[in-house]
Amino acid sequence: MMNKTSISNKSISVFKRQMGIYIHIPFCVKKCSYCDFLSAPAEADTIKAYVEAIILEIKASHTEIVVPVPTIFFGGGTPSIIEPQYIVRILEAIRDQFEVEPEAEITIECNPGTVSLKKLLAYKAAGINRISFGLQSADNIELKSIGRIHTYEQFQDSYEMARRAGFDNINIDLIAALPNQTIASWENTVRKVIDLQPEHISAYSLILEEGTKLYTVIEMERTNGFDRIPCDDNEREMYYLTNELLEKAGYVHYEISNYAMPGYECRHNLSYWAPDHYLGFGIGAASYVGDVRYKNIEDIKEYIKYLSQTEIIDLSKIQVDVNQLTTENKMEEFMFLGLRRIEGISLKEFYKRFGVRYESVYGKLTKKFIEQELLLHTDDRIYLSERGIDMSNSVMCEFLF
Amino acid sequence: MSQANQKNIRNFCIIAHIDHGKSTLADRIIEKTGLLTSREMQAQVLDNMDLERERGITIKAQCVRIVYKAQDGEEYIFNLIDTPGHVDFNYEVSRSLAACDGAILVVDAAQGVEAQTLANVYLALEHNLDIIPVINKIDLPSADPQRVIEEIEDVIGIEAHDAPLISAKNGINIEQVLEQIVKKIPAPEGDIDAPLQALVFDSVYDSYKGVIIFCRIKHGTVKRGTKIKMMATGAVEDVVEVGYFGPGQFIPCDVLEAGMVGYITASIKNLKETAVGDTVTDLNNPCKEPLIGYKKVNPMVYCGLYPADGAKYQDLRDALEKLQLNDASLQFEPESSVALGFGFRCGFLGLLHLEIIQERLEREYDLDLVTTAPGVIYKVHKTNGDIIELTNPSNLPDPSEIDFMEEPIVKAEIIVTTEFVGPIMKLCQDRRGVYLGMEYIETTRALLRYELPLNEIIYDFFDALKSRSRGYASFDYELKGYEKSALCKLDILINKEEVDALSFIIHSATAEERGRKMCEKLKNEIPRQMFEIPIQAAIGSKVIARETIKAMRKDVLAKCYGGDISRKHKLLEKQKEGKKRMRQVGNVEIPQKAFMSVLKLDDE
Repeated sequence: MMNKTSISNKSISVFKRQMGIYIHIPFCVKKCSYCDFLSAPAEADTIKAYVEAIILEIKASHTEIVVPVPTIFFGGGTPSIIEPQYIVRILEAIRDQFEVEPEAEITIECNPGTVSLKKLLAYKAAGINRISFGLQSADNIELKSIGRIHTYEQFQDSYEMARRAGFDNINIDLIAALPNQTIASWENTVRKVIDLQPEHISAYSLILEEGTKLYTVIEMERTNGFDRIPCDDNEREMYYLTNELLEKAGYVHYEISNYAMPGYECRHNLSYWAPDHYLGFGIGAASYVGDVRYKNIEDIKEYIKYLSQTEIIDLSKIQVDVNQLTTENKMEEFMFLGLRRIEGISLKEFYKRFGVRYESVYGKLTKKFIEQELLLHTDDRIYLSERGIDMSNSVMCEFLF
Repeated sequence: MSQANQKNIRNFCIIAHIDHGKSTLADRIIEKTGLLTSREMQAQVLDNMDLERERGITIKAQCVRIVYKAQDGEEYIFNLIDTPGHVDFNYEVSRSLAACDGAILVVDAAQGVEAQTLANVYLALEHNLDIIPVINKIDLPSADPQRVIEEIEDVIGIEAHDAPLISAKNGINIEQVLEQIVKKIPAPEGDIDAPLQALVFDSVYDSYKGVIIFCRIKHGTVKRGTKIKMMATGAVEDVVEVGYFGPGQFIPCDVLEAGMVGYITASIKNLKETAVGDTVTDLNNPCKEPLIGYKKVNPMVYCGLYPADGAKYQDLRDALEKLQLNDASLQFEPESSVALGFGFRCGFLGLLHLEIIQERLEREYDLDLVTTAPGVIYKVHKTNGDIIELTNPSNLPDPSEIDFMEEPIVKAEIIVTTEFVGPIMKLCQDRRGVYLGMEYIETTRALLRYELPLNEIIYDFFDALKSRSRGYASFDYELKGYEKSALCKLDILINKEEVDALSFIIHSATAEERGRKMCEKLKNEIPRQMFEIPIQAAIGSKVIARETIKAMRKDVLAKCYGGDISRKHKLLEKQKEGKKRMRQVGNVEIPQKAFMSVLKLDDE
């Protein structure tokens, strides 16, 4: 048992492909009412122990061969609430272990109001070159209604600071269809954001996830006949409006919910949709290595305990939901991930990956969807129509075997 | 065990209204006679189907032989047959009664005589059985045994002053019941030396032994090697084994003699060779004539049963054949539906019977089923003089060919506390009932008599009855005959296409309301799809109700859960699974439960 290699150790040495890296920083000042991502209260001792554990996890994924890393992404939680030197140390550990490319895209998610110029300069010095702000809305009442801790004005300060610190690649996350949101207030949010000229905008729609505070409240209201969530018609109108306004402002709509100035598409996210390989560190982080997808355990105490108290670390001990993908699984993923991109999938790429012609696998289904005007086909590419995007889950699920 | 003297045999059953404690008493008798230790007792030994234990009802008659040492110092052999209590299963009761010489009538000390108490007593009297009344649940705070004894004497007209006052649950006074069985139930009177004459009252299929025939030996003897003949089917077989019923097991013995209840196996592979109600005799020394079987029960309720997965059609047929073996009242024949593919039109005794069969098919045979709306048998008189017995609404001839139609009418007896007489009468009127009269059983309870069309009570009448009487009404019915009626066929069109599986026959006065309710219900059951779907109810070409399912506006997941692709994969898989459980009718995907949901249209 001593020498048992974990899946990731072994896989890395077998598959000499480049890999993106994701680091999960689960801490938050306060959990937002709609959020179902893995998070934990920010206590100084826990944060310190957790960062040490992540560094141990990175070091344990050693390999003889050199793995080039084109993208790194610090997500959360709120990565920006921990001391910047922790981020710096994690980055150092990654650089020791992997070959981070000189032009690598390195992103950190920041919550407005949790950054300072000093912090941002420290990020910059450590090589971070992309900031992602979770603004969600420019309307302070809407922000409050979903449990955000910041105001729009605080966001403006943070954004200006990032610019002053020299960041020239900034994303702003927005959420449409918030409780009590109107089409007019959404338009106002989008216009305000356009005025700031960020390089990248993600505009999601609120998803009520079971188990969140907001879900419970809304469900209770709904059983009593109230519904503060904008109806599907309005939500779609918000979506079309977003497309229209952002395209007019020069953004490229490149994924269902993502928009970027030409050349500023998020390379890290694009790798998820390709799909390419990536490694996740920290609790709950997902990895895709070789033919295997897995996740790290979600229990932070257990995670810290194992990594800090084990002499010879076997990463498989903190990995769960280990899934060996079949060729069929890979085709399914290729389709439902690829179709999230506005340009869709490439037939040549399909053949390159799987050695069979696309038509022989999905020809009949594709024909049906083209007839229903949900899919479009031009030259080498298959992609969703406008109506196809509205109905994308209905389309994508049929690509499953 | 030594062969018993006939005078020391008692063949009896327990009859009762549902929930009055029949199966519990059976358990207690088995326990008291020492057949099983208390530790081995699982509650309700005789209800050995999971379904029976869960629902707390007895569906199939069960049989067990026990030995009792009476106060007179002699050992008696009891053959106890547990019978179902629900109105749908009267045929089972009837079959069991034919194998008995007496019956224990269990009456709840708090609830008193109920509709099925009466119905079961009538059945027992038809079979000339001696009836021992027993008052159960005397330990309940609301028990009033004296009142119930008077009720039994007044309403049923049998003596009850020395009825044992028992609690089957707590084992109180069970001895008294055992002694009364010895003293009051007559011993069988069969001629051991006469030619073999045995009544088949049930049978089961065993994959090792073949068909196992349950029978009551009226005259003569049967043992291994006897060449037996089934008098109705003419089948001839060599007996391989005879025996009696231990609790949950078959115990072989050397010989079965006149007066005994037991089983016979004869390597019978073909289920059709043994008909319940048939008489078994000795081929080489046959009896002159068969015993009177029991009146063949005819299904009253029909519906289509379809496998959810079309490839399971043959499995469904096999399963139905197996179930039919010991449930003679279950009938089926192949049919096909545009919406549902290939399946069977099945006949049942009532809605509970239908539900039980459906659940048994799903559980014991692991089949996923789609059920169409249940209907009754209508008589269609055509203008050319032909009469069609219609069980499938799709087969209704063109209206121009129909002279008139008739529907089955039942005589119903409902026992209810007087405070609920009003609501129950209203219910019966809503269901086109004809009031026949009312009697008071005692000052607070009344017996209502109605004539009701069968098709008005097969859907949800029982539920409605219960909800309007806070659960206190009891109900029993028997078929009276056919009457002319203004009936029509109601069709449902989904996206302009007629869905044959949703058509049914209905009285024209209630068609419109029913059509409207069905459209509403379907609107709620069919999920929004990529296009707008009209739902219409029509009689002939006339649309009488309409609803519209709006097109689905969106089905898109805005976020992608970061790198957690497996989560997204699972979400899509779930959605795809959901689609698989849909039936494609034209372009519309209809969930299978939609076909069933329209059966229960709550009136409340």
